[in-house]
Amino acid sequence: MEIFLSQLFIGLSVASILLLVALGLTFTFGQMNVINMAHGEFVMAGAYTTYVIQGALGASLVTLGFLVALPLAFLVGGALGVVLEWVLIRRLSGRPLDTLLATFGVALILQQVARDVFGASNVQVRAPAFLDGAITVAGVSMSYTRLFIIALVGVCLAAIWAHLGRSPAGRRMRAVMQNRDLAAASGVRTPRVDRRTFFIGSGLAGVAGVAVTLLGSVGPTLGTNYLIDAFLVVIVGGLGRLRGAVMAAVALGLFNAYVEYGTDASIAKAAAFALIVVFLQFRPQGLVVQRARGLT
Amino acid sequence: MTDAPLLEIRGLEVIFDGFHAVDGLDLTVREGEVRFLIGPNGAGKTTLVDAITGLVRPAGGSIRFAGEELVGQREHRIVGLGVGRTFQTPTVFEQLSVLENVDVAASFRLPFRSLLRRRRGVTDRVRRALEDVGLAELQEEPAGVLSHGQRQWLEVAMVLCQRPRLLLLDEPVAGMTGEERLRTGELTTRIAAEGTTVVVIEHDMDFVRRFATRVTVMHEGALLAEGTVAEVQQDAMVRDVYLGRPRDARGAAVVA
Amino acid sequence: MSRLAGTLAAGDARWGFLIRFLVVAAAMLLLAPAVLSDFRLSLLAKFLCFAIVAVGIGLAWGQGGMLVLGQGLFFGLGGYSMGMYMKLEEAGPGQLPDFMVWSGVESLPAVWEPFRHAWFALPMAVLLPMAVAAVLGTLVFRQRVRGAYFAILSQGLAAAFVIVLVGQQGLTGGTNGLTNFTQLFGLDLTAQANASILYTMVALGLLAVFLIARQLVASRYGRVLVAVRDSEDRVRFLGYDPTRIKVVAYTAAAGMAGLAGAMFVPIVGIISPALLGILPSIEMVIWVALGGRAVLAWAAGGAVLVNWVKTGLSERFPSGWLYLFGMVFVVVIAFAPKGMAGIGEYVRAGLGRPGAVRLGPRARDRATARDRAAQEPA
Ligand SMILES: Nc1ncnc2c1ncn2[C@@H]1O[C@H](COP(=O)(O)OP(=O)(O)OP(=O)(O)O)[C@@H](O)[C@H]1O
Ligand SMILES: [Mg+2]
Repeated sequence: MEIFLSQLFIGLSVASILLLVALGLTFTFGQMNVINMAHGEFVMAGAYTTYVIQGALGASLVTLGFLVALPLAFLVGGALGVVLEWVLIRRLSGRPLDTLLATFGVALILQQVARDVFGASNVQVRAPAFLDGAITVAGVSMSYTRLFIIALVGVCLAAIWAHLGRSPAGRRMRAVMQNRDLAAASGVRTPRVDRRTFFIGSGLAGVAGVAVTLLGSVGPTLGTNYLIDAFLVVIVGGLGRLRGAVMAAVALGLFNAYVEYGTDASIAKAAAFALIVVFLQFRPQGLVVQRARGLT
Repeated sequence: MTDAPLLEIRGLEVIFDGFHAVDGLDLTVREGEVRFLIGPNGAGKTTLVDAITGLVRPAGGSIRFAGEELVGQREHRIVGLGVGRTFQTPTVFEQLSVLENVDVAASFRLPFRSLLRRRRGVTDRVRRALEDVGLAELQEEPAGVLSHGQRQWLEVAMVLCQRPRLLLLDEPVAGMTGEERLRTGELTTRIAAEGTTVVVIEHDMDFVRRFATRVTVMHEGALLAEGTVAEVQQDAMVRDVYLGRPRDARGAAVVA
Repeated sequence: MSRLAGTLAAGDARWGFLIRFLVVAAAMLLLAPAVLSDFRLSLLAKFLCFAIVAVGIGLAWGQGGMLVLGQGLFFGLGGYSMGMYMKLEEAGPGQLPDFMVWSGVESLPAVWEPFRHAWFALPMAVLLPMAVAAVLGTLVFRQRVRGAYFAILSQGLAAAFVIVLVGQQGLTGGTNGLTNFTQLFGLDLTAQANASILYTMVALGLLAVFLIARQLVASRYGRVLVAVRDSEDRVRFLGYDPTRIKVVAYTAAAGMAGLAGAMFVPIVGIISPALLGILPSIEMVIWVALGGRAVLAWAAGGAVLVNWVKTGLSERFPSGWLYLFGMVFVVVIAFAPKGMAGIGEYVRAGLGRPGAVRLGPRARDRATARDRAAQEPA
């Protein structure tokens, strides 16, 4: 029972990071049909942002540095995203597969930049003091860092929920996501909405970068590790669906945590993959929005 | 012309997110008929064709074609049984030449082993289909350069060379000039005379009057009236449906 | 009359192809071994292995539109099949491969047992990848998973494969993979002089694979494959099952990657997860993109050329090479999607507007053109 609960906890914390990375992907994918392979590098950029700020503020201000890093990483990730959208992705509209490949080239370049600036070996980011330790509930020890990550993702999720549901900008986002042409025809400036979506999605990746510094060291290929799993979340959850992404992330995180406990990490990965293929046999519509109006 | 029903639809229902696009429709088409299907925009005509050809899954009812149930069959199997269709927005393979488009269509019954061989020359069936629709001159052009009307014809040629038993044409003359319409109509008549049963969805009433023998009127997913052109035009309900939507120019044409 | 001209032109094209093919084949089989040092020849042999993979990608992606981002999996299945056989051949009857001894494995795992026999291991190098691709392709394509979804899925597959390889140390040799090979069929792999034998085999393999792929592309099947790329749903309403059409190309590409992996092992002397993961897999696609995805010969040429340049540059300027590689790749994908195969065309189209050359009408342009046509007064 304890094991069940502690794996549940670990699964949830893994799921929340996955979700944070996947959110940006699912929005840009749902809205612009863009697969941004450099998204993982925005996570990496967020992580290095934390590292740089800590270095600048010194050892005595670790907590402050960490808290400052959160909004700053959002801005860094967002800015990178907007630039990428503006320089490259806009020019590739209507060519989703080429976008995927070209952004992968960008990812390669960004990784090399990180390698040249910060060195090829991993660097350590210190967790703020208030996240030291753990709380034990029902015999399960829950570290404050993982609790913090879950809470952070919860806050981000709530903010997005409110943004999409309440604000006019969020409504425009949803409009473009549902029917781009109709939205454009009703006076929504779709390029502007696209840029905004990209900013928010990439910013969230930056925030995820701050969160992952709590779990391990930071290296140039940090993002790649999260990207594929995040994409699988998007595939299972469905395009631009907030709820689908949450469910898929939790399912994948928990599945990994439990299978990993029973066997080992590599088997868990392979099993998760098999599970996704099986899932597609029963719920392909979790993936493809079937539009029967004419042919796609 | 025999009397056996080739297509027999009973209680067909298609529902999109709670909206009944086709609502308990019954329809019988006999072998050798040319049946025209008319109805205001959104009546469910295209959805009906989609359901017959397997593009949308009906929520209920049955579609029997030559005694075989079509509901639940995969699209390519339905084509294999002898049901061919065109699309309201013509879709052709833009990266292939006009000839290749038709040849691909004509080869669909080849066993896989023969598909692995190259095409040598042009088969009679393909040449005939291209000549029928007047695209023989353009056969080497990539289909991507064709105009809208030419694409419609190319689609017709593709489906013609497959020799289907039942041919479903979704607004084949929309966007065509008068002369082109005439030609399409004559082609339709000739196809029917050669033994293919044809169902044509059409709005253009001149075209309908000229080429239709029997007309079926659909409204809000159900069958409203059926009969000869004259009978249908006299029908009070049909008049109501079209006159009830005075801004519908097409409706005005029906009762004119 | 015009038909006659057409037939003549087609005849010319065939002769042209035959001549070009024979020239390249002669250069590969006769010229290269004569002028290149053993070291360079074995380098070229490695690149030709990559070219075999590239031909498969050209078929699946260039013709069929399936962006296969996980060919490392199939390359690896082929490579490990061969590697297992070679390890067991060296260990001798009843013995364990060296790495198993080191990691304390007591008896040969059952999966390894049949790979003692060449008659099993060698065909498996090709058949195993094909079987995996056929099953996976059927499951996935049948559910209409395509485009970017398929790309990500295939990439995830390669990633999962690598994780398993690394995780199952005792079974697979872990991160180190299978290495320290000394012989194959009694052929001493450490002797440089044997390089030309291996090279000739790879060259013949590439030529054969190329002819097979070309036949597929030129046949009616090839036309249907392009049609599926254009509009899979439309093909369905012509009575074809697109799943089947796609699975054939995907499976063929997998078999080619497997063959390449199997030949790679004796030439380079190692097969390990680092050669198969996300990055190497996507690199394989990059070769094809740079060479020219729509033309098989250029896809193969791209693999050789990119790797040749990489070998030259990456040691001297490791960081600069990556920037260059990344930049060139981005620019080619975005502005010259035909790759090197389209150079002549880009030049003709005027250097000023390279963006004007596209693979085909963009979806959006196409849609507006269609709308415009639809609105034309009757
Ligand atoms: N995939 C779909 N999802 C939701 N609603 C749909 C879908 N396809 C069709 N509809 C709706 O079903 C109704 C019938 O559509 P259908 O295209 O069959 O009409 P139609 O008779 O062909 O009209 P038209 O003359 O304009 O072609 C319409 O109200 C349409 O909006
Ligand atoms: Mg319609």
